[in-house]
Amino acid sequence: MTEMNKRFLLKVAAGAIAVAALAGCGKSEPPKAPEPAKKAEAAPPPPPKPEPLKAAWVYVGPVGDAGWTFAHDNGRKAVEAEYGDKIKTTFVEKVPYGADAERVIRDLAAQGNKIIFATSFGYMEPMLKVAGEFPDIKFEHATGYKTAPNMRIYDSSFYQDAYMAGIIAGKMSKTGTIGFVGSFPIPEVLRNINAFTLGAQTVNPKIKTKVVWVSTWFDPPKEAEAAQSLINGGADVLLQNTDSTAVLQTAEKNGKFAFGWDSDMSAFAPKAHLASAIVDWSGYYKRAIKEVMDNTWKTERTVLGVKEGANDLIKIADVVPEDIRKKVAEVKDGMKAGTFEVFTGPVLDNTGKERLAKDAKADQAWKDKVDFYVKGVDGKIPAAK
Amino acid sequence: MNEIALLIAATLASGTPVALAGLGLLLNEKAGVLNLGAEGMMLVAAVAGFAVAFHTGSDWVAMGAGALAGMAMALAFGWLVIWLGTNQYATGLALSLIGGGLSAFVGLGYVGKKLSERTVFDIPGLADLPFVGPAFFRQHPMTYIAIVATLAIAWFLYRSRGGLVLRAIGESPESAHFLGYRVRLIRLAAVLAGGALCGVAGAFLSVVYAPLWVEGLVAGRGWIALALTTFATWRPWRVLLGAYLFGGVTMVQFFLQGEGVEIASQLLSMLPYLATIVVLALISRNPAWIRINMPASLGRPFHPGS
Amino acid sequence: MFRLEARPQPSRAMTVASPLLALLLTAGLAALLFVLLGKNPLAGLSAYFLEPLNGRRQLTEVALKATPLILCALGLAVCYRSNVWNIGAEGQFVLGAITAGGLALWMTSVGFKASAWIITPLILAAGALGGMAWAAIVAFLRDRFNASEILVSLMLVYVAQQLLNYLVFVTWKDPKGFSMPHTPTFDAATWLPNLVPQSRLHVGALVALVLVAVFWAFIFRSWRGFQLQVGGLSPAAARYAGFSARAALWTALLVSGAMAGLAGAMEAAGPLRQLTPYVSTGYGFTAIIVCFVGRLHPVGILFSGVLLSMFLIGGELGQSRLGLPNALTGVFQGLLLFLLLACDTLIAYRVRWVGAVPAGGAGR
Repeated sequence: MTEMNKRFLLKVAAGAIAVAALAGCGKSEPPKAPEPAKKAEAAPPPPPKPEPLKAAWVYVGPVGDAGWTFAHDNGRKAVEAEYGDKIKTTFVEKVPYGADAERVIRDLAAQGNKIIFATSFGYMEPMLKVAGEFPDIKFEHATGYKTAPNMRIYDSSFYQDAYMAGIIAGKMSKTGTIGFVGSFPIPEVLRNINAFTLGAQTVNPKIKTKVVWVSTWFDPPKEAEAAQSLINGGADVLLQNTDSTAVLQTAEKNGKFAFGWDSDMSAFAPKAHLASAIVDWSGYYKRAIKEVMDNTWKTERTVLGVKEGANDLIKIADVVPEDIRKKVAEVKDGMKAGTFEVFTGPVLDNTGKERLAKDAKADQAWKDKVDFYVKGVDGKIPAAK
Repeated sequence: MNEIALLIAATLASGTPVALAGLGLLLNEKAGVLNLGAEGMMLVAAVAGFAVAFHTGSDWVAMGAGALAGMAMALAFGWLVIWLGTNQYATGLALSLIGGGLSAFVGLGYVGKKLSERTVFDIPGLADLPFVGPAFFRQHPMTYIAIVATLAIAWFLYRSRGGLVLRAIGESPESAHFLGYRVRLIRLAAVLAGGALCGVAGAFLSVVYAPLWVEGLVAGRGWIALALTTFATWRPWRVLLGAYLFGGVTMVQFFLQGEGVEIASQLLSMLPYLATIVVLALISRNPAWIRINMPASLGRPFHPGS
Repeated sequence: MFRLEARPQPSRAMTVASPLLALLLTAGLAALLFVLLGKNPLAGLSAYFLEPLNGRRQLTEVALKATPLILCALGLAVCYRSNVWNIGAEGQFVLGAITAGGLALWMTSVGFKASAWIITPLILAAGALGGMAWAAIVAFLRDRFNASEILVSLMLVYVAQQLLNYLVFVTWKDPKGFSMPHTPTFDAATWLPNLVPQSRLHVGALVALVLVAVFWAFIFRSWRGFQLQVGGLSPAAARYAGFSARAALWTALLVSGAMAGLAGAMEAAGPLRQLTPYVSTGYGFTAIIVCFVGRLHPVGILFSGVLLSMFLIGGELGQSRLGLPNALTGVFQGLLLFLLLACDTLIAYRVRWVGAVPAGGAGR
């Protein structure tokens, strides 16, 4: 073995150990244990403090995915920062949907957590079953639609981000074709595709959207291949509803434009990055914890958006012309004030059928059931019969 | 027309890592060792490569690290299979599983990390030619290296003395042993070479192709590479062609979707796998083709004393 | 320097000791990893080995998760003993869930009511047939076209998953489900009867136990089981004795397909009670480890199925109790299998000390 090789190996090994150590530290979020011990040494035993409120999060991805789970975990950290030793948080990452999720949620409930957040759609049925067994515990489910006396739901409005991104895309596209890498044909994603297209049409009414589905939330090589395929097909501005940075990086490689999704991804593609669509859950999480502490928690449905300070389009790139930035800012102001609705009639689907009458504003029920592409999107939804 | 050129380019890029791994496994199998651990070796190499690229900023050093990582995995496999005579199937599967777990664990800190600026590799002059430029001359150098490697391996196997020995061992380790060749060492060398090539392929995926690290990044490409060796009836050039075929089918299904073809995407996603099965069946159906090229001792352990 | 020396006869003691040794070594390495991660190794080991057995709820969960693992592994044991390398139990599992789920959905939609004594066997049979059909493709392609069963069975896993996706996203999608990818919940009449009250453990666990006995009898006490193994060990000898390698191929694949399909049916009609794209969480692949760790023996598989189930659940507990990363579970599984293979060498060989290596020698 040459000296060079040895050094590589050492580096890799050192890296591996460092990573292992880091991972270990990063994960052990509640190392609050040593603290009281230290105090005990210095001062007489403090008066018995009230038990911290225990809260738990169930994640579908790894906390380091820079995407969906990462955003939720930031929310959890914000809760810790806000309530300090009045709260003790736990999380379980990469929990598969189905039978395993039910066990994890039940175990967290049995461990004395007073509120449990399940952050993905697939946890709906398992959480509903467990909620029935633990009436005193509050259950919170993101992106679902079923509730119980002690289980409520919350969601974000990424389509508002997608609409603003569309405005920028409409301007920046030279070919008049924009692309979307879709995960699964569920209403949320279809809303995003439609909003992206509608936004672009406000700048360039003739714009066309091509969609490629990858049947996954997170598979970078596949996302990259899908993005490449869209670019080959003439799309020059891309948006994705998947969680990795692969689409953005593929656009960078090809000298095209794209957006960040879930978190600020500007660092991954300095030239291609036009803006990042983000969501901040911390406000909601802090509120929910406070409601449990104050005993004011009640079942409801919360849809967060730009207005609540949850969704936002940030880090708009310098290449975006001033008039477009202004336009985005106006739309954002309208969303903040609650006066602007993305889906305002007439909305036609891509077969020409009217889905929303002229001047009608879409209500939540309408948005929940989106199952079509708007005019301007190519192709047919793979979930349609 | 231009879209076809770009489709060709994407096909070549997508086929390259599979081809590299397939060539490595071909060397393995020519020596009579079947390593089902390709997926695991590629995963560990992918994370090692990514880590090194992240810290050094050099893609080439990263691929070297990937090769070393692949070899380290292959060494463990080779020792068990060649010296301890463990079942090759079971050991290979164990290697795949351990590689999956280990890479996920070691890679925890690299998820969502970004590598330094990517370089563009256009070949000056040629890259600007109409059609052939975008189709063939804007590839990462690894695409051409894979082709050269195919050439080199074909030459080695069929034109060199070393290749003759390797194939003899694959056909009949006992006779090779009688002729005085150190069967186990040569087999180990082939296994290590296979590990190295799988490693390069894994590192290429994480450092150049994605370029990202996530758990399970290789996503079945190791298994496809294994299928390729049979596909190719153990012929290097056919491994390369098979890899491009697989890459082509993958890209074509995205292409069809983008063109708005009205077939459900779930059904289109089956295409690469169905195509693999069909081609496998077509090629395997002629026992003569298989028998001529398949190493006769494939999967069998060899004990020099017995 | 140590040297391996062939034993005159395989050691029976080592046959039993080697899995235990492998487990011990895995636990030792695990403890070391916990220390490296800055965790208390004892707490870590307890999360993996003690807590999953602590109390009725945890015990029933271990049994629930072990059931599909054991079923799939039983079928695979027959395959591997016959030298048929089916590694696509995952796909056969998914198909079983699809066919059993399809039947349950049909019963739900027509309001089919009958005693559980009728419905449960029907659902389980539907699953077994589905898995069998999927495995039959493998057998057919191997038999007719000589296509490698390793690769075909594996490719069919991906195809089965996409088929399931297609069904839950398009054909069988719950009309009241806001276009989300899942079928309606099955009617309660189609659910598998519970075994332990206030738990999720269903009769499938009992079925698995019975099948362990059946497979033991089949493999070790039946002429057919004997034929299969001879056919697998040496096709030439089998032909000479008048056994058919073809029959062995078909039997092994159909049996293992049926078992994986049965497991899939139990998952669908047991804890899930609806179909989603996430029916399996890798049971078919984990079962391969279960099968080898149980050394292809039905009773061994029973123990290793429970052990692996403990590992998987321990991984979750390790996360929520100690903040251990999820990826550790995969490392432990692979380690266990790897170490077992290494330890198994001790059955046929013994380690001998043959004196010091001369200075400068590359000793190992």
